[in-house]
Amino acid sequence: MKKRSFEESAQRLEEIVRLLERGDVPLEEAMALFEEGTGLMKTCTTLLDRAEQKVRKLTAAPDGTPVEQEFEGEGAE
Amino acid sequence: MSQQPIYTVSQVNRYVKSLLDGDRRLAGLFVRGEISNYKRYPSGHHYFSLKDGEGALRCVLFRREAELLRFQPENGMTVIAFGRLTVFPRDGQYQLYCSRLTPDGVGDLHVAFEQLKAKLYQEGLFDPAHKKPIPRFPTKIALITSPAGAAVRDMLRILKARWPLAEVYVVPVRVQGAEAPGELAAALEWANRNRVADLIITGRGGGSMEDLWAFNDERVARAIFACTTPVISAVGHEPDVTIADFVADLRAATPSNAAELAVPDRSELKSALNGLEARLTGAMSRRLERARTWVEQMGERRALSDPMAPIQDRRVLLDYQRERLARGLQGALSGERERLGRLSAALDALSPLKVLARGYAIPYEKDGTMVRSISQAETGMELDLRLWDGTLRCRVEGSAHQKQRSQP
Repeated sequence: MKKRSFEESAQRLEEIVRLLERGDVPLEEAMALFEEGTGLMKTCTTLLDRAEQKVRKLTAAPDGTPVEQEFEGEGAE
Repeated sequence: MSQQPIYTVSQVNRYVKSLLDGDRRLAGLFVRGEISNYKRYPSGHHYFSLKDGEGALRCVLFRREAELLRFQPENGMTVIAFGRLTVFPRDGQYQLYCSRLTPDGVGDLHVAFEQLKAKLYQEGLFDPAHKKPIPRFPTKIALITSPAGAAVRDMLRILKARWPLAEVYVVPVRVQGAEAPGELAAALEWANRNRVADLIITGRGGGSMEDLWAFNDERVARAIFACTTPVISAVGHEPDVTIADFVADLRAATPSNAAELAVPDRSELKSALNGLEARLTGAMSRRLERARTWVEQMGERRALSDPMAPIQDRRVLLDYQRERLARGLQGALSGERERLGRLSAALDALSPLKVLARGYAIPYEKDGTMVRSISQAETGMELDLRLWDGTLRCRVEGSAHQKQRSQP
């Protein structure tokens, strides 16, 4: 299964809450949505808690394609 | 009387020229005046007059100097020209050969800024309709800026604290000096073409108007405008406004501010998530409450239509249902079916015929009244005794009270 991005998860979560708050969802569907929502909540929280920023320097190769390199702070100007 | 010499035109012009060229004051002087009759020739040289209330002075600005102008001279503009005054021998006119031209009162950068701003505004580059929305949760952010200095450090620090979920790419460019505008424009175009990010931040830390000048360059402005990736401008300090700021999809006051505007704050999002969680569970329990009410109503309805139903302890049933709801109410329908099955089994077990089959009999009076007590019967009375397979006609011979069990 494709891993959902934070944005996709958060959007789906908001959609689920809206659906449930509307209240016209059949009970079994509501239960399924609730379970999905609980799972998404966990996914989002985990993403927020565990993320570590990746910083790279990006330059153009001679043919113009992007090349990633380590980025280290290059000191004050 | 000596004969007056006759000179050629060229001789006169050359003589006047030598007089003017010999005057050191005319070799380098500042002249203030209002520009009129400004013309650019295909050669690249610019010709105009400077005038005041009383007179005019012809001026020329050669291509080499004209190319260095940072503003566009316009008729009516008051300028200060610096140059040397000399004669152009071909038409015998003296004129000021300008080497520098600056707007009077305000700096040339200021004028250039206003001119480019007006031009790009006319072209619609600042039109809000062209502004692209900044993604809510950027996943890849390109910082097109100097890899050294405080600006990039500030941005990286804030991005890391607020939104470590995004990958950050530093696209190193020079941000001041003659090469800066070209590098910035090329980097913007390149980053956009290669789709290296879903959000671009370009900018630099504070400095003088000269230092920030690259961000007032037309090439940079057009490169920002051409980006399909949203661009946040982040130039200098709060009061500094550049052309890039007008063209960008979002203007940040400083690089730090750009990092704050670019990404959500993780801790704010966590509280937002907590809010969503409360709404989620709240909505679900309301939904369950409704389902419970429904089940209760169904129970009551069945009690009306089925006289045997009250035998079932409704409380037990509801607890049973409540438990099922809590477990997820999965298979709510099959639960209903199961309950109905048990109800009909109970109905069957309690049917009067089944009771009679076990050897019981029910006495009836002639008029069909059920005899429930010996007090209803007298000796000699005729009774019908109903068994499971038929009725016995009987006569009462006598009666005896059942002995009460003695109370301890």
